[in-house]
Amino acid sequence: MIMMRITVIFIVNLFSLLAAAEEVYLEPSFFIQQQFTETPETKYFWLTKEHKLKLTEITGHKPSKLRIKYWVVGQKSAWILEEIGKEQLITTGISVENGKIQALQVLIYRESRGYEVRQNFFTEQYIGASLDKSLDLDQTIDGITGATLSVRALNTMAKSALYMHANAVTNEEQKTAAN
Amino acid sequence: MFRTLLPLLAGISTVAFAQDSQPTKEELQKAIEQQAKQIEELQQQMNAAVEAIEDKSSAQSSDTNIGGYGELHYNNFDTKEDIDFHRFVLFVSHKYSDKLRFFSELEVEHAYAGEGKPGAVELEQAYIEYDLSSSTTLKGGLFLVPVGLLNETHEPDTFYGVERNPIEKNIIPTTWWEAGAGVSYRFAEGLTFDFAAHSGLNVDPADFDLRSGRQKVAKANGDSFAYTARLKYTGIPGLEIAGSFQHQDDITQGAANAEAQLLEMHAVYATGPFAVRALWAQWDINNSIADTLGKDVQTGYFLEPAYRITEEFGVFARYSVWDNTAGSANTLDTEMRQVNVGVNYWIHPNVVVKFDFENRLGAQDGSGVNAGLGYQF
Repeated sequence: MIMMRITVIFIVNLFSLLAAAEEVYLEPSFFIQQQFTETPETKYFWLTKEHKLKLTEITGHKPSKLRIKYWVVGQKSAWILEEIGKEQLITTGISVENGKIQALQVLIYRESRGYEVRQNFFTEQYIGASLDKSLDLDQTIDGITGATLSVRALNTMAKSALYMHANAVTNEEQKTAAN
Repeated sequence: MFRTLLPLLAGISTVAFAQDSQPTKEELQKAIEQQAKQIEELQQQMNAAVEAIEDKSSAQSSDTNIGGYGELHYNNFDTKEDIDFHRFVLFVSHKYSDKLRFFSELEVEHAYAGEGKPGAVELEQAYIEYDLSSSTTLKGGLFLVPVGLLNETHEPDTFYGVERNPIEKNIIPTTWWEAGAGVSYRFAEGLTFDFAAHSGLNVDPADFDLRSGRQKVAKANGDSFAYTARLKYTGIPGLEIAGSFQHQDDITQGAANAEAQLLEMHAVYATGPFAVRALWAQWDINNSIADTLGKDVQTGYFLEPAYRITEEFGVFARYSVWDNTAGSANTLDTEMRQVNVGVNYWIHPNVVVKFDFENRLGAQDGSGVNAGLGYQF
């Protein structure tokens, strides 16, 4: 089964070898556009003391920003986050709806190895994941040998997006309901 | 902030003083428009202030990076007890541009190097890498031969067992670096092809010992080059399947005319808490002296299942079989076997304490324990 898969990939990619095809990264703005059917509202998630503490717990370091920009329509939010893999920043787009990850895509990858993490076969593992009580993902993410740090960075960003969504979008809904 | 607040208050009070009773619709409208304008100005000032603060404290990645790893070992066997800072490694890398980078690895083995001392200072990697495209990378310099599991990834927190597995150590022979040039092509869907042309082994025809044949790019004999090709598949999360093939026209660099080939295959699968590693490697040496010595075939394999109990604890078992004198001319049983069973305790994802029992069987004998502390950053 795997041998067949490898053979097919070989043949298909012989053409790209000749054309020296370049892989297309996704522009952050395009990612945001793709997440919503109507124009989203742009908002800022301010990192108060409590959020800073929780995000430090999730990422393993103090947040470098004072506020995180996000886009929202109803119960769905989209985020552009960055974390260092081994030495370079990885820019990732994540959208969350009803507390679960709807989409996760590596938009800009700068490391010289571990490129597998930016491909669909890896990122689709995050779809449907939500945060459990101990701020961990409730789905198992199988890693890539040789890309442990990049995988860790993606896990961190997935958890951060879920945490911020829970505190940004749900709160908004509660405020509107209260009014 | 007062600069905008004062006019705002002034504006409201002007409106208030203008009439004695309720403000008119137009006056209210004007006040609202003025406030909206001032709020917008305040927001812009705030945005500018926030951006300035964030720029200052942002976690920008640096162009020059330092990393490293190290391991301290304690070995206690029937015959002897050793404690040794086996490896202290520093990585220095520099990014010239998005496409061009330098990577190096400097190692101190056994803590104390010098004439008559047990250690060594070795340059294990020093190469320039250039991205021709998003799928093709070229490299030139001193680099690790693309073969095996541990040869390229051997930071202590990434594998089980205090010492490296005997197959990669005695057959491949890890850690193995050479100088030359290489190209790496990444197909979509997790398939990578590597090809490198590099300096080769210089094996003594008296014993055909592969490990001692590593020239380490130290005024190396460049007579006979070697060519290595590897195909690696990592298209399924948790899975790695790879195979490497190497050819060298003469591994004795002119001393005895011995053409040799290395074939290596391995598979790793890690899903949830379960993981399994398996590797097989074989050298075929074409030379009459090697034939007579029974060293024309040198081969081995290992199987290692592991179970990650928690994020901090993992247990493993490894069964290794190898023979550096597997040629038909050798009638003695020189096959070595080894069983290791142990535990890794990760204090932090990059810091590990290891412990394992080792039982040596076959042509070798003895049993003992190994303990180790390893880190990477």
